Amino acid sequence: MIRRLNENTAVSLNLGETPWPPKFAGGLEYSSPARGTWNIVHVGMLLPEAHLIFVCAEACLRGVVLTAAEMGAMDRFSMINIHENDITSGGMETLIIDGVGDILSRLEKKPRAVLLYTSCVHHFIGCDLPLVYKTLRENHPGVDIINCYMNPIMRKSGLTPDQLMRKQLYAGLKEQNHDPKKLIFVGSDFPTPEGELRELIGSAGFSVSEIQDFSDYDGYLSMGEASAAIIFNEAAKPAGKELKRRLGIETIYLPYNWDYTEIKAGYEKLAGYLGVNVPDYSSLEAECEAAAARALRLIGDTPVAIDYTLTYKPIGLAYFLASRGFNVKRIYGDGYSKEEQASYEKLSEIRPDIELWPTVNVMMRKTDRTQSNYLALGQKAAYFLGTDRFVNIVENDGLYGFGGIIRLMALMEDAYKTPKDTKKLVQIKGWGCGGCL
Amino acid sequence: MPVKPVRQTYVNTSLYAADAMGVCSALYELGGMSVMHDASGCNSTYTTHDEPRWYDFDSLVFITAMTEHEALMGDDEKTVRDISEAARQLNPRFIALAGTTIPAMCGIDIPALARLIEAETGIPSFGLPTDGMHSYLRGAALAFDAIASRFVKNTEKTAAISVNILGLTSLDFSYVGIEDSIKAAVKAADIEIISSWAMGSSPEDIEKSASARVNLVVSETGLKAAKTLERRFNIPYVIGTPISGFIPDIIEAIKTADAEKRNQIPADKLIGDAASVAIIGEYVFASSLCAALSKHGISACPVCPLESRLKSKPADSVSDEHAISEELKNAGTVIADPLYAPIAKGKKFIALPHEAYSGRIFRESIPDLTESIEKILKELI
Repeated sequence: MIRRLNENTAVSLNLGETPWPPKFAGGLEYSSPARGTWNIVHVGMLLPEAHLIFVCAEACLRGVVLTAAEMGAMDRFSMINIHENDITSGGMETLIIDGVGDILSRLEKKPRAVLLYTSCVHHFIGCDLPLVYKTLRENHPGVDIINCYMNPIMRKSGLTPDQLMRKQLYAGLKEQNHDPKKLIFVGSDFPTPEGELRELIGSAGFSVSEIQDFSDYDGYLSMGEASAAIIFNEAAKPAGKELKRRLGIETIYLPYNWDYTEIKAGYEKLAGYLGVNVPDYSSLEAECEAAAARALRLIGDTPVAIDYTLTYKPIGLAYFLASRGFNVKRIYGDGYSKEEQASYEKLSEIRPDIELWPTVNVMMRKTDRTQSNYLALGQKAAYFLGTDRFVNIVENDGLYGFGGIIRLMALMEDAYKTPKDTKKLVQIKGWGCGGCL
Repeated sequence: MPVKPVRQTYVNTSLYAADAMGVCSALYELGGMSVMHDASGCNSTYTTHDEPRWYDFDSLVFITAMTEHEALMGDDEKTVRDISEAARQLNPRFIALAGTTIPAMCGIDIPALARLIEAETGIPSFGLPTDGMHSYLRGAALAFDAIASRFVKNTEKTAAISVNILGLTSLDFSYVGIEDSIKAAVKAADIEIISSWAMGSSPEDIEKSASARVNLVVSETGLKAAKTLERRFNIPYVIGTPISGFIPDIIEAIKTADAEKRNQIPADKLIGDAASVAIIGEYVFASSLCAALSKHGISACPVCPLESRLKSKPADSVSDEHAISEELKNAGTVIADPLYAPIAKGKKFIALPHEAYSGRIFRESIPDLTESIEKILKELI
C-alpha cells in the first residue's frame, strides 16, 4: 500500500537561472531509502585480514553493525558501546584500551590489522587518542592499529569522514624501497576494469595493483613498494597527499571525467610520468560517439535524470549526454565539486531548462514518485521519480575514460529495455560490495 | 599480559535500535514530524534499519544535521529556525524533537527547545531527553507517554469492554501483518479496540483512547503510557503479547482488569524457575512466548538484554555479551534473533528474528506467533 502526503511542492532550481555554484536552502535533512553508496564500514572491509572495531554510542553503532551484518562480515566486526558514565567519568581512554584488548583476546584468529573507529564523542570530550593508540600499539605489537573515525559532526570541519576513511585505508602501508615500475590505484571502492588506462600502463612496462586485488595483508603491504599512486576520485586526494608525505609515493590525479579533452589530458599526464608517448585515441572517441548514437536511437526523447550517486561528475555526464541529443531533464545532487564548474557553465548554455533537484531537502519527502516515463541514471533519481528503468551503479563503478563512456551507454540501453525492481535494489546498502539481502 | 573482560564489548553480536529511533518509530503514523537532533547518521540508520515503513508509507522524520560549529557555539536559534521552517512547509499535527549523544553531552535542553518551537510555530511540540545511549524501549516509551500526557482527551468510557493496544511498534512486531493478527485476536473475543499505539490507528483514534476500559500493553514501549493513562483516566492495564495459546489468558486478564480495576500480568504465573529454554528478547514478548510454551509443557524463561522495568534483575544485568552468555549457561535451547547465534554455540538455537535487533535482514522470516507457534514447537520437540 502506498500512502502519500500532499501534492508535490517544487524545490528545484532552474539551471539557466542559477549561477555557479548552485545552492539549496539548508535546514533539516531527509534521508531517502536509496542506500547504494558505500559507507566507512564497506570501505574499511576492503582491507584484507583486518578487523573493524567501532567505539561509539548505541545510536551510532546500530548503523555500522548492521552494515557489517548485511555484508555477512560480522566475524570481522566488533564494538565498544559507550555509556553515559564513560563520558563523565574520565575513563574513556581506559575503556578503549581494555575494550580492544578484550575483543582481540576473544577473536578466534588474531587479525593483522585493526581499524579502530572513534567518534564525535571522543573529539568533544578531548579523549587522549594519541595515548590510546600508543598504548594499543605497545600492547599488541603483532597487529597494526590504524586510527579511523566516525565523526559526522566534523563533516564540514576539515576532512570529511569519507576523505578520512579513504586516507586511513592506506595508513597500514610501510616505508620501503620503491619499485620505479610499480603503480597503485588508490581510493576507489570498485576494482578498475580492463581498458585503455591499464593498456597504457602495461605498454610502458609498468605494473599496477589496487587494494581489491589482495586477499591477504602481505599483499596489501606490497602496495607500499609503488612509486606512484593513481587517484580517480577527489575524495581520495588526501590519501594521495598522505602517501606522498609519509612514504614518498607520487600522486597522479586522473579524475573521472565524461569529457574527451579532459580524459586525454589525464592520459597525457600519465604518459609523461611513464615516459611514453600518449597513444592516438581517436578510434576510441569514435567508438564512444557510435555507442552514444546507438543509445540515443533507442532511448530517443525519453526524459533522463542523473543523480550524484551514480557518478562523481553528474554535471559533466549531463553535458556529455545533452550535447549529443539526450533529453536530460533533471540532475539530483546537494552540492557539486569545483571540478564541475566548467561543465556547468557549458551545460547552462545549451540546456538552461534542466532542473536541479536536491536530495536531502525536507520537501523531497513529498516529491511526486510516479514519473515512470523517466530513464534514471542512479538509484536516487530512480527512487525520487518512481521509475523502474534505471542504471544501477554507484560511485562511477570503475567507469573510467573512453571505455567507461562506452560501457555506460550500454548500461543505459539495457536499463531502457529491461525494467528493474527499484524498491528491492535501491535499498541495498553498499551496492556491489556483497551482502545477504 | 592479562586481559580484563570489558562488559561493553560486542565481538559477535548486534545491538538494539537506539532511543531516538524508538521515538520516531512510535510516532511514525500519527501525522507529526519527528526530528532527531544529530549530526548525521541517525537518520539513515533509522530509515534503513529501524523503519520498515519508510519506503511505502510517507511520514515526516528528519535530522537537524548539526555541525561541529553549532555544537560548540550552541546555535539553538538555528535548530528552532530550521524546524519551524520545515513545519511551516509541511504542517505536521505535532513536532517531536529527540536528542542524541552530542546534544546530550553539550547539555542542550531539548524540552526547552521544543517549547521555543511551539511558541514559534503554534504547533504542539515536545522534546524528549533521549541521548542515543539507551535502547528503543526508552525512546518509544517516552514518545507514547508524551502522547498519553498531552493528546488524549477525556472521553466517556464505552459501555462494553474495550481496549487500547499499547506498545504496538514496528520495531517489535515489524510490518508484516502481525499487528493485524493481534487486533483480530482481541476482536475475536468481542472486545472493541479503541486505538492501537501506534500502528493502524488515526490520530483521532488515539485522542479517544480514554474511552477504553482497559489498556493492553503488548510491548514494554507502551507501559509508561499505560501508567499515565491509568493515572489520568483510571484505566487499568494488562501486560502481555497475544501469542497463540496464551491468548485466552490475555482475554481473561482483560476481563478481570475491567471488572476488578486491577492491573494484570498473566504471564507471571506461567513462567517457571527451572527452565531449559531461554528466550532472548523484549521482556513482554519473551515472557508471553514463555507463557505460551508452558501450555505445551515446555519450561522457558525470558532473557531480556533491554532496560526493562519488568524483569526482576537490575536493569543492566544482562545488557552485554558477557552477561548474556552467563545467563544462557544453563539453557539447553536458545530462542533468539539469528544474530545472537554466535553466543549460543553448543546449544540448540531456534531463530526468531526481531526487527529491533537485526533490522530488515531476516524480515521475511519473522513469524506471526499470534497466528501460530507451531513452527517453534516443532523445532523444540
